[in-house]
Amino acid sequence: MKLEGNVWKYGDNIDTDVIIPARYLNTTDAKTLAAHCMEDIDQVFAKEVKPGDVIVGGRNFGCGSSREHAPISIKGAGVSCIIAESFARIFFRNAINIGLPILESPEAAQDAQKGDPMTVDLAAGTITNQRTGKVYHASPYSPVVLAIIQAGGLVPYARNILGITS
Amino acid sequence: MGKTLAEKIIAAHAEETSEVSAGDLVTVKTDVVMANDVTAAIAIESFRAMGVGEVFSSERIMLVPSHFTPNKDIKSAEQARTLTLFTEEQALSHRFQVGRSGIEHVVLPERGLVLPGDLVVGGDSHTCTYGAVGAFATGMGSTDIAFAMATGKTWLKVPETMKFVYHGERQPWVYGKDLILRTIGEITVDGALYRSMEFTGPVIAQLPMSERLTMTNMVIEAGGKCGFMPFDETTKTYVDARANRPYTPYFADEDATYVSVHEFDVTGMEPQVACPYSPDNVHPISQIKPEKIDQVFIGSCTNGRFEDFAIVADILQKTGREFDPNVRVMIIPGSQAVYLNILREGWIELFTIAGAAVSTSTCGPCLGGHMGILAGEEACVSTSNRNFRGRMGHRDARVFLANPAVATASAIMGRLAHPDEL
Ligand code: SF4
Repeated sequence: MKLEGNVWKYGDNIDTDVIIPARYLNTTDAKTLAAHCMEDIDQVFAKEVKPGDVIVGGRNFGCGSSREHAPISIKGAGVSCIIAESFARIFFRNAINIGLPILESPEAAQDAQKGDPMTVDLAAGTITNQRTGKVYHASPYSPVVLAIIQAGGLVPYARNILGITS
Repeated sequence: MGKTLAEKIIAAHAEETSEVSAGDLVTVKTDVVMANDVTAAIAIESFRAMGVGEVFSSERIMLVPSHFTPNKDIKSAEQARTLTLFTEEQALSHRFQVGRSGIEHVVLPERGLVLPGDLVVGGDSHTCTYGAVGAFATGMGSTDIAFAMATGKTWLKVPETMKFVYHGERQPWVYGKDLILRTIGEITVDGALYRSMEFTGPVIAQLPMSERLTMTNMVIEAGGKCGFMPFDETTKTYVDARANRPYTPYFADEDATYVSVHEFDVTGMEPQVACPYSPDNVHPISQIKPEKIDQVFIGSCTNGRFEDFAIVADILQKTGREFDPNVRVMIIPGSQAVYLNILREGWIELFTIAGAAVSTSTCGPCLGGHMGILAGEEACVSTSNRNFRGRMGHRDARVFLANPAVATASAIMGRLAHPDEL
């Protein structure tokens, strides 16, 4: 699958409290959450993000709480994937589980600038920065993570392994 | 080859193998699966979407409303109601209703529901707290929790382990909170990313359970997957008074493999404070500008236990002082059991006369939920675990994380203060 969009660039240790502040956690609705995504560090993001856009973060992206609302709000905003130098553990699992593509590539993340057009080939694990023409290889997924991605998230994965068809 | 605590407990729960090492991917059985009002709401939706009718065990699933409860608004009420209905529908044996429970990370250890050697997954990042009693406990998101509720299993990567050894003599007013803040300050917020943290050494051996729980609580603030306190007489006394089922203590091998060993000499160490906007922006209190504050929050799953409020009561009784009238002081016990105990000690009267607002148990202001939200220009000293931007209210509000003694001294002085200044 090929993803295409422009970069929204953020720094290190972007925590789940800034991705989606706790004051909005009394709902699970993706659209409502998306409307407040990133608002404490970037008031334009939720208004101007375009379907397909890519979030690029530094180290430890998604640190802090276990709220699945964080990747849900990002996915709800139309973001096609997140690229970062590294991800916080719970956020990584949550994103994979809900089917939000997430790629670790320190070089791609460091080189990217706000607005850069990016192409991501998920099957090949490659990231292309169209401004510079540079191609990067993301860290490969572990077998379980790959199986969850291929199933389309943890819910369909669970249904498959439990043999639930109804 | 020696094994770490994480390796031993994961191996004991692994499906297809009896020995694991850091880096292995394994499917494990879970002993306890927990979620709160924020995470259970989505977990229940995902559980339904998986098409499974019944949870794997009605005794081992704990749904604890804590964040926006007592329900702060209609949406929160609807959300909390999904937990109540699910608890009834699945006939879960442990019920955690407002007025009878509190914050999950205070309530579960306090009732002996998480025990040494358990493998616990919780829909809350501070699930790592239970490592203080010797459980492998880690936070996950809602869909992972739904999977565990359905199957009694989860997948894990066996973490590498970092060892933290504390020597020396603790000064007065220095607690487990200060040790963990200092540690996070040193290794930073991603210093233990994906890793297990084992705490040990003569200083740890002397810590009461309450302070051990404070330390493992903040493992996630260094990015850690789980943390452990050694099982000793202190653990045994605490657990035996509470456990209703057998448990297995584990001990790390002498020759276990650690990715790093960090030694701390605590002699001469001052109380530590994490300044805005990160739990690793840690400085000794004497090196921080004694800035004026608007609010003090004493509570949370980090420092909301009986012993924490004993510190507050002791300072008020010894000094005969009241809180600064310009400071809003929120005192919120971590559980209703703690509430009752401090009530019986006469401390609710003491705190109220000193000028505090004492409330029923809730996470409340810790996550900027309710019961003490901060305005943009305001500063707050809090005994909780996070001071990210927007965490306790307005994005510009400034939160200083400290131990209960520093919080009390600051509440009395109206500014960041060392308890010795009183
Ligand atoms: S007290 Fe704060 S950190 Fe602890 S569970 Fe509640 S919101 Fe989370």
